[in-house]
Formats: sequence, structure tokens, C-alpha cells
Amino acid sequence: MSWLSDLFGPKKPKSADLARERLTVVIARQRAENGPSPDFLPALQKDLIEVISKYVQVNPDDISVQLEKQDNYEALKVNIVLPEFTMR
Amino acid sequence: MKTVVVTSGKGGVGKTTTSASICTGLALRGFKTAVIDFDVGLRNLDLIMGCERRVVYDLINVVNKEANLHQALIKDKHCDNLFVLPASQTRDKDALTEEGVEEVLKGLEHQGFDYVVCDSPAGIERGAVLALTFADEAIVVTNPEVSSIRDSDRILGILQSKSRRAKEGREPVKEHLLVSRYSPKRVEEGEMLSYKDVQELLRVPLIGVIPESEIVLQASNQGTPAIHLTGSDVAEAYLDVVARFLGEERELRFVSYEKPSLLKRIFGGA
Ligand SMILES: Nc1ncnc2c1ncn2[C@@H]1O[C@H](COP(=O)(O)OP(=O)(O)OP(=O)(O)O)[C@@H](O)[C@H]1O
Ligand SMILES: [Mg+2]
Repeated sequence: MSWLSDLFGPKKPKSADLARERLTVVIARQRAENGPSPDFLPALQKDLIEVISKYVQVNPDDISVQLEKQDNYEALKVNIVLPEFTMR
Repeated sequence: MKTVVVTSGKGGVGKTTTSASICTGLALRGFKTAVIDFDVGLRNLDLIMGCERRVVYDLINVVNKEANLHQALIKDKHCDNLFVLPASQTRDKDALTEEGVEEVLKGLEHQGFDYVVCDSPAGIERGAVLALTFADEAIVVTNPEVSSIRDSDRILGILQSKSRRAKEGREPVKEHLLVSRYSPKRVEEGEMLSYKDVQELLRVPLIGVIPESEIVLQASNQGTPAIHLTGSDVAEAYLDVVARFLGEERELRFVSYEKPSLLKRIFGGA
């Protein structure tokens, strides 16, 4: 039977090909989700400090930039603490 | 001293089988080697190594200072320079702590061990994380099958974020892919992913391919690591893995399937 179908049978789609396709998607998604935070964050933080310093005096430590992951979206959270004496 | 974790995410893929053969292979090469069972609550390595009747103390006893390393390490029955540190059968998984494991590894280094092989439990929880925390190298055991491959990818992510090397920003843990329970026949028939597929999906350097073989059951029945069953395909494949681990070049074996001739297929034959 098996050699007969080997010789004459139609080519069935191979299940291994299907597995490969599905895994390619799954792994790409997994790596995007679990991967390290994007490496532009420190640079963004530096730029923000520069821009904001033009207007108010801030301490580099008073600016935090974080990427927060929700179920199906990401939020960029920027937190800037202004020194009290600039408030008028 | 080098610490090597044998890990996978998914259960039952061959971590313990691999740990037993690799620690034996390293010992046969003359390295003073210890193998630690991290599967707290489900100890198995002692059976595979064939030392179950000599277990008195375990890893948790050492961590809790109820026994010292000398008392807890069991000398292997085949190799003088190989020692087994069994897992505890306690149900309390929290008994193992990061500090405790670090202490045990320091103790082993102090005793002049060259290699410590850590047999990880399945999963991505505490036990599996502790087993990989102090790793210098990782052998990721993967079966050519969808869930095993996905889980291997997850455990790679954990290696890259939770190991000490990652956290301290040192050179990353050196990763090796070991494809196990491989059936060249089924790959040929398109029913199983090839080792090349697995390697391309996970993008980790391949350290070897272990064929699916009844030898493994035979070895575990006897309590002898499969690498000792010389002449068998599994033993040879593990010897190659150890050689590659030590930096030697070995061609891949047992990965291609010779189709039986048409006559043989019609008339049968062994
Ligand atoms: N190359 C192989 N060929 C055939 N059977 C194998 C092979 N490798 C492992 N096995 C079998 O698969 C089963 C699981 O092996 P093993 O205990 O090494 O896996 P494990 O990853 O340590 O499992 P766990 O996650 O439960 O700790 C055992 O029955 C073993 O005999
Ligand atoms: Mg195991």
C-alpha cells in the first residue's frame, strides 16, 4: 500500500511544511512580545531632557521613559517631575 | 568551573536523558564533573544514573545546611570523577533559593569541579529559572514538534533576560540547540520537521541530533546513561555532542534515511 501510493499516489501536502509555517509566525510574535525593550528609550530620554531643559530646569533623574505592554497595544509613558520653584 | 544547564521548557523531551549522557561524557574525557537534579519534588536523575539506592541527602539538605556537599554528592558507579547531587522529594518548591543554589555552586567550585551540569525541570517557573540562573552555557533540548519548539523559544527568552549573565550585562549565556528524538524516516516522509528547520526557526547553533531509539528505554531500565551503550546510534550521537561541546569538529551522523530498495519493500526484510 505505502509503496504503491509512493509510486502512483498524488503528492499530499506535507504536515511538516505546515508546522514550519505556523511556527514561523508564532516565534516571530513571541519574540516581539518578550523581547528586550526597544533600544531607543535611553536616546529618547536624553533628547527629552535637552528639549525640556530649554524651558525649565529639570534634573535628568526627574524624567522617566517607560514602555508599558498591555494585552494588545503598547503605551509610551513619559513622566516629568518639575522642580517646585518654576511653578508660578 | 563551568556551569551548564540542560533545559527545554516543555516536559519529557529528553533533558534528563541528555544531562546523564553529557555529564558522563565530560567525566569520560577526564573532567571532574557534578550533575545536579533541579527537579524538586520529582527526582529522576538518580534513576537514570542508577544511583537511586545510594541517595541519603539531597540538594535541599545542602542548601539548608543539614548536610555538607561531601555527604550529599554520590560518586557515580562508572566514573570516579563524576558525582550526582539528587533532587529532594519535598513538595515545598520554595525550599530552593537563588542564594542557596549560588552557595552550592561556590562549594563545588571550591572542590575543584571543572563542570557542573544542571538538569532543569520542565516549565518556565521558579525551578526552571533557578536551574538556568547561574549558567555559563545552555543546552536547549528540543523535539522536532511544534509545542517543543515554541517552548524552547520561550526558554531562550528567559535565558536572555533572567540569567545572572544577562542581568549583570556580562557576555551572554552560550546557547546550544540539541534536537532529540529525531526520526530521519519521518523527516524524509515530510511528517517531521528536519533539524535544519528547527535550527532556522530557533536560530541557535546546533550541537547535535539524537535519534529516536529504543536504546534510551533500555538504558533507563538498567540505570546506565545511554552514552555508555557503545556502538548504539544514541551513544555515538551523544559522544559527538560532547566532542562538539569541547570545541571539536564532528560531522552530523544518524540524520539521513536510506530508503529501502523497491524489492525490499515488496518482499519485506529487516
Ligand atoms: N532519543 C530518544 N529516543 C527514544 N526515547 C527517548 C529519547 N530521549 C528520551 N526518551 C524518552 O522520553 C521520555 C522522557 O525523557 P526524559 O526523562 O529524559 O525527559 P525530560 O525532559 O527530562 O522530562 P521531564 O520534563 O519530565 O523532566 C523517557 O521515557 C525517555 O526514555
Ligand atoms: Mg527530567
